Amino acid sequence: MYLRIRVQEANFSPAEVFKTLREASNGVGAICTFTGLVRDLNDDAEVTGLFLEHYPDMTEKQLVRIVENASQRWPLIGVSIIHRIGKLVPGDEIVLVAVAASHRGEAFSACEFIMDYLKTQATFWKKEVGADGEKWLTMRDSDQTAADRWQP
Amino acid sequence: MIKVVFFASLRERFGSSGFAVENNQVESVAGLVKLLELPDGTSFNSIFAQEKLMVAVNQEVVDGDCLITEGDEVAFFPPVTGG
Repeated sequence: MYLRIRVQEANFSPAEVFKTLREASNGVGAICTFTGLVRDLNDDAEVTGLFLEHYPDMTEKQLVRIVENASQRWPLIGVSIIHRIGKLVPGDEIVLVAVAASHRGEAFSACEFIMDYLKTQATFWKKEVGADGEKWLTMRDSDQTAADRWQP
Repeated sequence: MIKVVFFASLRERFGSSGFAVENNQVESVAGLVKLLELPDGTSFNSIFAQEKLMVAVNQEVVDGDCLITEGDEVAFFPPVTGG
């Protein structure tokens, strides 16, 4: 299986990630890509920026493990994950998960599975900057619920 | 020595990204948690369970029973919020 995981400050092009994954995935019939963007509103409060911190090395290891778990559930051909760190502003791409498989079913499911576990297990933390100053965000119960539904 | 590291809001509350602890002082994660104190005097133990803080030893998420040995890296952090 093709696997590419990147944690980086730089912006990225979803189109280029798609192209690279497509070219690396032999026999691919479906590619599902999810791109998360920085919103300008969170819980009705204006957001002017985000700061993303992570635990170097551990984050990458966890992402590899999440993909391994996904590939045990669905036959995957390729996976590409990019997560940005550092300063971001509304409209910026923050995360991308792209999954290549033979058929759409496994591509859709694995992409959602990877995102659900990325949100609840991967060691990233967001600090939000808004009109009222800075605050660290807390995990939403709905994110944990989304990950829990994959449990047997 | 045990390397202790903090991330995100915990790093800011401790006013430090981490420090080294003599390993003859602690045997387990729970023992280390009891030893630590925030700069304002709050015991770390009192907020650890209450705020559902997480701990990783050598970059593997563990619970309080996990034993600590010489050279380990113990990381404390709040629930993750990436994506």
